[in-house]
Amino acid sequence: MTAPQSAYKQAPAKTVPKPSWAQTFIALTRRGPLHVLLIFLAVLWLTPSFGILTTSFRSPADIATSGWWTVFDELDRLNLNNYDEVLRNSQLAPPGITRNFVNTLIITVPSTFLPIFFAALAAYGFAWMHFPFRNTLYLTIIALLIIPLQTTWVPVLRIYNIFGLAGTWPGIWLAHTAYGTPFAIFLLYNFFADLPGEVFDSARVDGASELMIFFRIVLPLSTPALASLAIFQFVWVWNDLLNALIFLQDSKMMPLTAGIRELLGQYGSQWNLLAAGAFISMIVPLMIFFSLQRYFVHGVTAGAVKG
Amino acid sequence: MTGRHSKWLPLLFVGPALFILVVFLVYPTLQTIYFSFTKGTMLNPGREFVGLANFERLLTADKTFLRLNQWPPSGVLPNTALWVLVFPSLTVGIGLLIAILSDRVRYEATIKSIVFLPMVISSTAASVIFIFVYSPDLTKGILNAAMTSVLPQLDPITWLGRKELANIAIILAATWISAGLPTVVLSAAYKGLPREILEAAKVDGGNAWQVFWRVSLPMMKRPLTFVTIMLTINTLKMVDLILVMTEGGPRGATRVIGFTVWLEIFGNNRVGYGSAVAVILFILVTPAIIYQIRQVRGSLS
Repeated sequence: MTAPQSAYKQAPAKTVPKPSWAQTFIALTRRGPLHVLLIFLAVLWLTPSFGILTTSFRSPADIATSGWWTVFDELDRLNLNNYDEVLRNSQLAPPGITRNFVNTLIITVPSTFLPIFFAALAAYGFAWMHFPFRNTLYLTIIALLIIPLQTTWVPVLRIYNIFGLAGTWPGIWLAHTAYGTPFAIFLLYNFFADLPGEVFDSARVDGASELMIFFRIVLPLSTPALASLAIFQFVWVWNDLLNALIFLQDSKMMPLTAGIRELLGQYGSQWNLLAAGAFISMIVPLMIFFSLQRYFVHGVTAGAVKG
Repeated sequence: MTGRHSKWLPLLFVGPALFILVVFLVYPTLQTIYFSFTKGTMLNPGREFVGLANFERLLTADKTFLRLNQWPPSGVLPNTALWVLVFPSLTVGIGLLIAILSDRVRYEATIKSIVFLPMVISSTAASVIFIFVYSPDLTKGILNAAMTSVLPQLDPITWLGRKELANIAIILAATWISAGLPTVVLSAAYKGLPREILEAAKVDGGNAWQVFWRVSLPMMKRPLTFVTIMLTINTLKMVDLILVMTEGGPRGATRVIGFTVWLEIFGNNRVGYGSAVAVILFILVTPAIIYQIRQVRGSLS
């Protein structure tokens, strides 16, 4: 779907006379409910995450005897012991959160770059080359963007069993590559199609091949789109639970999401460990969000279709 | 336009992606449609051809899927209908409210970031967060703690443990996760509205309320349709939020269709039956596929 372009309202360039204090007072009382409502919504949206974050720093004894909202009386008792325990305790469900974290990285990095590479090639073909059934094929990919992955699970697993891909890293990389490709083609096609064709033509006159144009001109010109896509796909794969459960199967290879679910099943009442574990699984996506928010929002709004 | 490339060169660019999509999406979907007419297990899928028996049983004999002889109807399909009716409209409504209201304040970017934040975390982490929020233990669940501090005679409520409350509790968690999407989409659309038309409507004597309902909102029809369809599709396909929060319980009360495919195939090892559920899910998203193809086809040259 077409991602709405962000637009910024121009500030009106007229001089406004300085308001008297009475006018300010009236404006404030009129706008008071607006501020109250917005701040209420902001607090409502922050409270659930803030609760789990606070709990992750509290001792099991404090968690058992008082709510996290009393934390302001005990700020001096907050500590990192829960993180230490959830990362180091070998009594926890194998393979442990530290190993889960490493597995998530092993899964996520190739699963981010492979689909972008294949999709970029295809998007260039669809946008700038002529071949039979081009539009029909592109519209088929648009349809694949929406079909539920539920219809693919069993047949893909059968193929994996034949080729020995179930329970392997290449198996999960390939699955994420395939499932990420339709959206990646869609996003990049929209960007590539708007690139200036004259640049390609003059490069061709100078003797450049299509592959050279793709690698030397198209990809460098498309850095913003590639960045949005990479960030979106990275966070998507980082947060995936289902594909790991279906295609990796082996508990030693499970990512953080599966580790947290395991923790919930085994230690559902030990909120000190659950809170720390949940927060560990959120740290990387949160860091990406705070540092690259603009790219991320673009990827998600364009990618609302995926899932 | 594009120049002289050999006839086979496009295959080098488009071929690898098409091959992956055929192997992982097209062929599997066709095979799942075939499996939906069969009975079988994970080790032996498609063992026995049974015609439409799976669909017949799902729609007439499986009380966990569709039970119509009581009010309100229960089972997977009515639950999915509840989600589709409540979740997208609630989420779009909240997103629209925040988009429009925050446009008038200086801390707009902060508000939008706060509402968008839950979109970044996994459904698994969000599930843990909301199991904690809904905990009946008064030293843990802030919802029950807040309610009993206002109404001291009230007993703590097990939100996720009661059949009549669990669905709405998960829907509210999903709203918390997803409201950032309509917020940013509708905020961008609202800012993109032509100011002259809005000013003209005000000059013509419309108050802010009338201008919003009669002018702004109709002009935002496309982005509103876009986010509503997206949220509806995501609802239909949803698995992991249910899987981690309740595993479909209590007593099957929170099963929705996307989760049921998972449950039948991997939980109950009924591959033919689960494939039939997947085919029904596929049929339910088909209108969205047609809509999307029409939109994109219009934009192709």
